[in-house]
Amino acid sequence: MNINDFKSNDEITWCPGCGDFGILNSLKKALVTLGKEPKDILLVSGIGQAAKLPHYIKCNCFNGLHGRALPAAAGAKIANRSLTVIITTGDGDCYGEGGNHLIHNIRRNLDITVIVHNNQIYGLTKGQASPTTDLGYKTKVQTNGVILEPMHALEMAITLGCGFVSRGYSKDSDHLAWLIGEGIKHKGFSLIEVLQPCVTYNKKNTYEWYSQRVYKIDSNSYNPGDKAAAFQKAGEWGDKIPTGVIYRQDGESYEDRSGLNNIPPLVEEKIENIDLSACLKELS
Amino acid sequence: MGELTIKIAGEAGQGTQTIGTALCAMFKKLGRYIFANQDYMSRVRGGNNFFQLRICDKPVQALKAKADILIALDKKSVDLHRAVITERGIIILDKAKFGIADDEKIFFDVPFYRMAQDSGGSDIYINTVCCGVIAGLTGAGFERLEEVIQEAFAGKEEGISGKNVSAARAGYDFAKNNFKDEKFRQVPGPAKETLLMNANEAIALGAIKAGCKFYSAYPMTPSTSIMDTISRFSGKFNIVVEQAEDEIAAVNMIIGASFAGARSMAATSGGGFALMVEGVSLSGMTETPIVIVEAQRPAPATGFPTRTEQADLDFVIHAGHGEFAKAVYSPGTIEEAFYLTLKAFNLAEKYQIPVFIMTDQHLADSLRNIEPLDLNKVGVQRYIISKEDSAKLSGYKRYVLTPSGISPRAVPGWINDVVYADSDEHTEEGHITEDAALRVKMVEKRFYKKMAGLVQEIEKPTVFNLEKADTVLLGFGSTYGVMQEACETFADGSLGFVHLAQVWPFPVTELSLLLKGKKNIISVENNAAGQLGKLLMREAGIKVSCSVLRYDGRPFDLEYLLERIKELKG
Repeated sequence: MNINDFKSNDEITWCPGCGDFGILNSLKKALVTLGKEPKDILLVSGIGQAAKLPHYIKCNCFNGLHGRALPAAAGAKIANRSLTVIITTGDGDCYGEGGNHLIHNIRRNLDITVIVHNNQIYGLTKGQASPTTDLGYKTKVQTNGVILEPMHALEMAITLGCGFVSRGYSKDSDHLAWLIGEGIKHKGFSLIEVLQPCVTYNKKNTYEWYSQRVYKIDSNSYNPGDKAAAFQKAGEWGDKIPTGVIYRQDGESYEDRSGLNNIPPLVEEKIENIDLSACLKELS
Repeated sequence: MGELTIKIAGEAGQGTQTIGTALCAMFKKLGRYIFANQDYMSRVRGGNNFFQLRICDKPVQALKAKADILIALDKKSVDLHRAVITERGIIILDKAKFGIADDEKIFFDVPFYRMAQDSGGSDIYINTVCCGVIAGLTGAGFERLEEVIQEAFAGKEEGISGKNVSAARAGYDFAKNNFKDEKFRQVPGPAKETLLMNANEAIALGAIKAGCKFYSAYPMTPSTSIMDTISRFSGKFNIVVEQAEDEIAAVNMIIGASFAGARSMAATSGGGFALMVEGVSLSGMTETPIVIVEAQRPAPATGFPTRTEQADLDFVIHAGHGEFAKAVYSPGTIEEAFYLTLKAFNLAEKYQIPVFIMTDQHLADSLRNIEPLDLNKVGVQRYIISKEDSAKLSGYKRYVLTPSGISPRAVPGWINDVVYADSDEHTEEGHITEDAALRVKMVEKRFYKKMAGLVQEIEKPTVFNLEKADTVLLGFGSTYGVMQEACETFADGSLGFVHLAQVWPFPVTELSLLLKGKKNIISVENNAAGQLGKLLMREAGIKVSCSVLRYDGRPFDLEYLLERIKELKG
């Protein structure tokens, strides 16, 4: 497989220069590196600019409702655990509308990978604050500046026991591709938050702004298995913003605990001649 | 008289249901037909609950308002229920425990608290003592009750079963020695090899038989026992039951699982279904088959959480923003609940639509012993591209336009192409589009064309005595049993009924034929608006003469319906 095997013919409708392009390219690179075939991958998304990504790559795609990518992905993974399930979502879709599903799917710990395109603003609805917009940032709705504390999703994920918590930057394509690959390889729920400039509606968190602040975590000196250190690292924001694997802890996945890993994928079950007699005997 | 109604009343947690279910099992062993319903409050302890069973030598499907025997487990139950005792009826009570000194003719004083302590060493044995009393009063035979106890406590801690048998014996002997009248005597009956179950269990079994492999729900009365029953058998059939964080997650999970190729279902009640509605529309748009059970309870909002109503008819048939095809079943019996669940899965998969099974608390929780189910009556029909055929496929388009509106459905990962599904308006390939002409074709595909197919497959209404009747009752869902028995009561054949087991698509053609020339049509509905009557007018242009409505959160009993029909028939 090479990059062209993942080429979609659908016309891309993102703004020129959008950070989403970087994520799309990194995802393709990661899939090529992992040796995946388009038919074995399912991309699930909700609504927003990030949610359009599955159309721009040749893979199976379920583009569902706003905020509801995670439950749809969870259902699909339970039905067919042989699919590599990746969710492309945004700060509004995943942290706002679908926040409850994020919490509970971290607990569920299915072997799925969530890529959150975090541009700290609402793009598709034209520039309102998102759950990650910086305090004080003014918009057409938040006319006196944002007064709600930004959501600390990575810290929350660590607290909930998510086994793979990471941050990437859409401009650093190779590093992001590596990060996505690591997330897919992790056997459990993987959260990859990607800093992704919105060139149209976010006038503060620009390429320049991020590039000045972003740094890569030094894998020689940093132990991503140390939960307390990881919590501290996840909280770094401002002049210095860390990227890389912030927390990593292997554990039992939903597929292990539910027994799904011991049986063929549910879609393979033959259902034409199910025998109820044992149930009827038990109930009578 | 071969018929008997027993009501067991007490506080939540006192075990009215335990006694009730044990008595059902005992009378089933005696070969009697049973219809049992529950009336419980939304609380874990206290209040007043009752379990009522009607025992008969012929099949019965409705409840009666008055009981022949009331077992009062607390003092409050004596006062609450004494007005609904038949003329020959009695109240079994523990006068010493309740501090009642009066010596009324209706009382049959049984010191069941003392007997429970003597035989088992704990108040919890009052349940078993009472079962023993009933076995004694009705001549059901001690050995049958003993069998029931042994079965119920098999595998439990040693000694528990023995203590229960002693408690039952004490009750049985007490009744034999102190109640000489044989008026409640039941003789062995014809009901053999029957199955004792409620509609929720029937739906769960139907889903298992239909090949449901993924079930997700948030617990909500009165739907929860569907989840319990599927969970109980999930290991045997490789079914995953996932308790969702909310109903929105439940519906989206089953859509995801179904998209991936597994038959999937969710169940809820009105409030939970309200949360699912956007997902219903997603199922319609992405053409992903799902089956949802809506077990109605009185609303708006939280309403009466544990009681019954049929007020979600308009809501369910119109559920989902936008226009798309769907089907709504409204089973009237436990058997129908089973068969229609099987059909629901086939229909959903064939048309790639959401299909609903609309019940209510009364149908969901009422127990009946039914004749063995015909496991071959409804076969599993599959409408996906098989794994073998998938390998040969190329140039796949998920939403390819066809005359029937149905596009062949591939399982992602089985075909060499990829599958795109989208909640936005989409092209045949499944990519987002804004094209006006294509939009028209897609709307026609999802709505007109599929509805035209569904109309050909509407479940035929059940009719009774329609040729002779001058008055016709019309109902859907749980009113089946009470309508039937009401009609049978009119020996002159002047009353008939039409029962709809499917309310969407509405059976316009069939009803126009059936109701042609009928002057007196009465809709019988557990709601305040007479929704079915209005639906009949909207869809078929037929006006009901009037409606018999009940919206106090309680099911129709035979007396209630008969009184109103007699008034209306004049």
